[in-house]
Amino acid sequence: MTSPARGKAYGVGGAPYARPSRTSALRRTRSAPFLFLVPATVLFLLFFALPIGYAIWLSFRKVRVSGLGLGAGARKEVWAGLENYTAALSDSELLDGALRVLGYGCIVVPVMLGLALVFALMLDSERVRLAPFTRLAIFLPYAIPGVIAALLWGFLYLPDVSPFYFVLDRFGLPQPDLLDGGPLFLALSNIAVWGGTGFNMIVIYTALRAVPAEVYEAAKLDGATPLQIALKIKIPMVAPSLVLTFFFSIIATLQVFNEPTTLKPLTNSVSTTWSPLMKVYQDAFGNGDIHSAAAQAALIALATLVLSFGFLRAANRRNKQDDSQGAAR
Amino acid sequence: MRYTKHRRLVSSALAVTLGATTLAACGSSSDDDGGARSGPVSLTYWTWAPGMDKVVDLWNEGPGKKEQIKVTVKKQASGDTLVTKILTAHKAGKAPDLVQAEYQALPTLVSNDALADISKDVGDAKSKFADGVWQQTTLGTDAVYAVPQDIGPMMFYYREDLFEEYGLTVPTTWDEFADTARKLKKKSPKTDLTTFSANDSGLFAGLAQQAGAQWWTTSGDQWKVGISDDATKKVAEFWGGLVKEGAIDNQPMYTPAWNKALNTGKQIAWVSAVWAPGTLNTAAPDTKGKWAMAPLPQWTEQENRTGSWGGSSTGVTTDSGNKEAAAEFAAWLNTDGDALNALAKESGIYPASTSAQLSGAFTTPPEYFSNQPDFYQKAAEIAQTTAPSAWGPNVNVAYTTFKDAFGAAAKNRSDFVTAVDTMQQDTVADLKKQGFEVAP
Repeated sequence: MTSPARGKAYGVGGAPYARPSRTSALRRTRSAPFLFLVPATVLFLLFFALPIGYAIWLSFRKVRVSGLGLGAGARKEVWAGLENYTAALSDSELLDGALRVLGYGCIVVPVMLGLALVFALMLDSERVRLAPFTRLAIFLPYAIPGVIAALLWGFLYLPDVSPFYFVLDRFGLPQPDLLDGGPLFLALSNIAVWGGTGFNMIVIYTALRAVPAEVYEAAKLDGATPLQIALKIKIPMVAPSLVLTFFFSIIATLQVFNEPTTLKPLTNSVSTTWSPLMKVYQDAFGNGDIHSAAAQAALIALATLVLSFGFLRAANRRNKQDDSQGAAR
Repeated sequence: MRYTKHRRLVSSALAVTLGATTLAACGSSSDDDGGARSGPVSLTYWTWAPGMDKVVDLWNEGPGKKEQIKVTVKKQASGDTLVTKILTAHKAGKAPDLVQAEYQALPTLVSNDALADISKDVGDAKSKFADGVWQQTTLGTDAVYAVPQDIGPMMFYYREDLFEEYGLTVPTTWDEFADTARKLKKKSPKTDLTTFSANDSGLFAGLAQQAGAQWWTTSGDQWKVGISDDATKKVAEFWGGLVKEGAIDNQPMYTPAWNKALNTGKQIAWVSAVWAPGTLNTAAPDTKGKWAMAPLPQWTEQENRTGSWGGSSTGVTTDSGNKEAAAEFAAWLNTDGDALNALAKESGIYPASTSAQLSGAFTTPPEYFSNQPDFYQKAAEIAQTTAPSAWGPNVNVAYTTFKDAFGAAAKNRSDFVTAVDTMQQDTVADLKKQGFEVAP
């Protein structure tokens, strides 16, 4: 039989495997985490840090033209310092855009999250029928791409082609112009609410399902009504997911672009710089000024960061306070 | 594309290893100043014209085959976005050999050094075009930056049947145009003669051009912006007045609502250009054969001028390794009889080349206008009256400001002249910001 011999040979030949030297093993264990980090780090640097760094570099530069600016060598890229930033900060159009988005966010975020919470609570209640179907029906708009949704609603907002206006006309009811003034904000918010409620509802609903049933049983034994259970138990229990959905909604609001851009050709009321992001797009790809666009983009990113993480911190602090109060009690 | 890229890669690698002298022997793609070439050449062409690949096939199987110049079409989105795309590609040194560019984009492209001077390579192409058209591709210099392809002389389109029904006559002056609008409002309050749309700056630019506006001119080393000149203000005042008194609509064009208004006779006229039949065919298919075309109304009775709205040219980029071959193709595409016929048939363009305007596809009217047999004869006559245009290096900025300022003015039915001033200010401010010398 050869196996014992082979076994022995294996033992000898495979000495490094059988008896690894202490130092090399240590080195390997120490370097292993770094090795695992390499792909993520490389990808992060290549596709995240590098483009952001490049954008910030661009934001400190500008183009100088000499003479009539025709022909070769007429354009030079030069250092601009903070010029693009001061220009962006003193640009009333950017500020107006930010205010418009603020107004839009004040409608979208509360309405969308409020509806999402109510739907989630309703779906979670015991008496609901056709729950899977309803859940899907509410979620479905989220699966429709934003541009398509905006186009679809845009058609419904245009008096001449909208079936709603046809019905209003038949019954002699007033026909508001949804693509102008204050109603425009409602029209835009409606698209976002329609598309986003389902997603947020699913997040909250999932959190609700994760609450152990004993909690409800205990509450019921204590004589709590379904409404009390919803308000005093369910909502506090899903507070973390409410914070999360709020966080996402703030970011999505600050980045609003699809809806106003799609509605823009349909009305005179949406300008090319309606939202800050639209202004960045217009400056970069309409006016060909990537440098000031980069500066504005950096400012928007900063504002988004401050607002969203500021909110997270505030929410966390409250949670901690609640916890310590709870512990004290 | 891949072939070109590969070729360029190979040649640049060679340039590094073997040095420039060896490279010259290497042939076509290494040829940076467009001199003599040998061996087959492959060119890429960015264009948005539909069916251009079929036209280019004619070249590839005909003159191109003989000269071993193969052109590949890369279909693009039209207008402003393509300018940005070309400039971005140019920044990376990777712009295609040939590009389609609207006339108003040429100064922007030239100012970014993206278009090459092809005056030596286009032969006698100049003689095939009207002076006003050709001048747009030279920017008033001795250079030639593109070969004109199509033009868009502006015209007045109206519903012949409804004009008769409402007892209206075709206006020959803008004053008559305003009266026609008012008369129609009185007869049928729900119907509009037309709309003032703020979503296509080209329309307003063309109307101002007809009135004699010169938005960008140069004197010495300085640019002069004349957007707020009297001619433009006259046009703005005219349309603003009509919108303010409610004689015409103020809603944008190209919306589903606009299509419906044209298709159902809620709007019965359209100030447009020679390409209108194609647009009307999609927007108002049910009214085929009911429209007629007339010259644009004039500011005074003695005048006979029109503006242009749209139109484009074929340019050769500075990144092209085969500028001479590319220019040869550009000249063929826009002056050769067969090519122009194919362009008319496949892409539906109205040729810039004067001789082509009355031959081949243009001997019969467009199908949508079968009721007007002399459509193209008339069009050619109108094209002759096109006023000269004057474009500058930041048309895009002026156009954006137009959309926003006039959009707001049209919505509020407020003063259009203020919007013109905004356009002027923004355009000048942008030029100054970029470092251009601007005349006061």
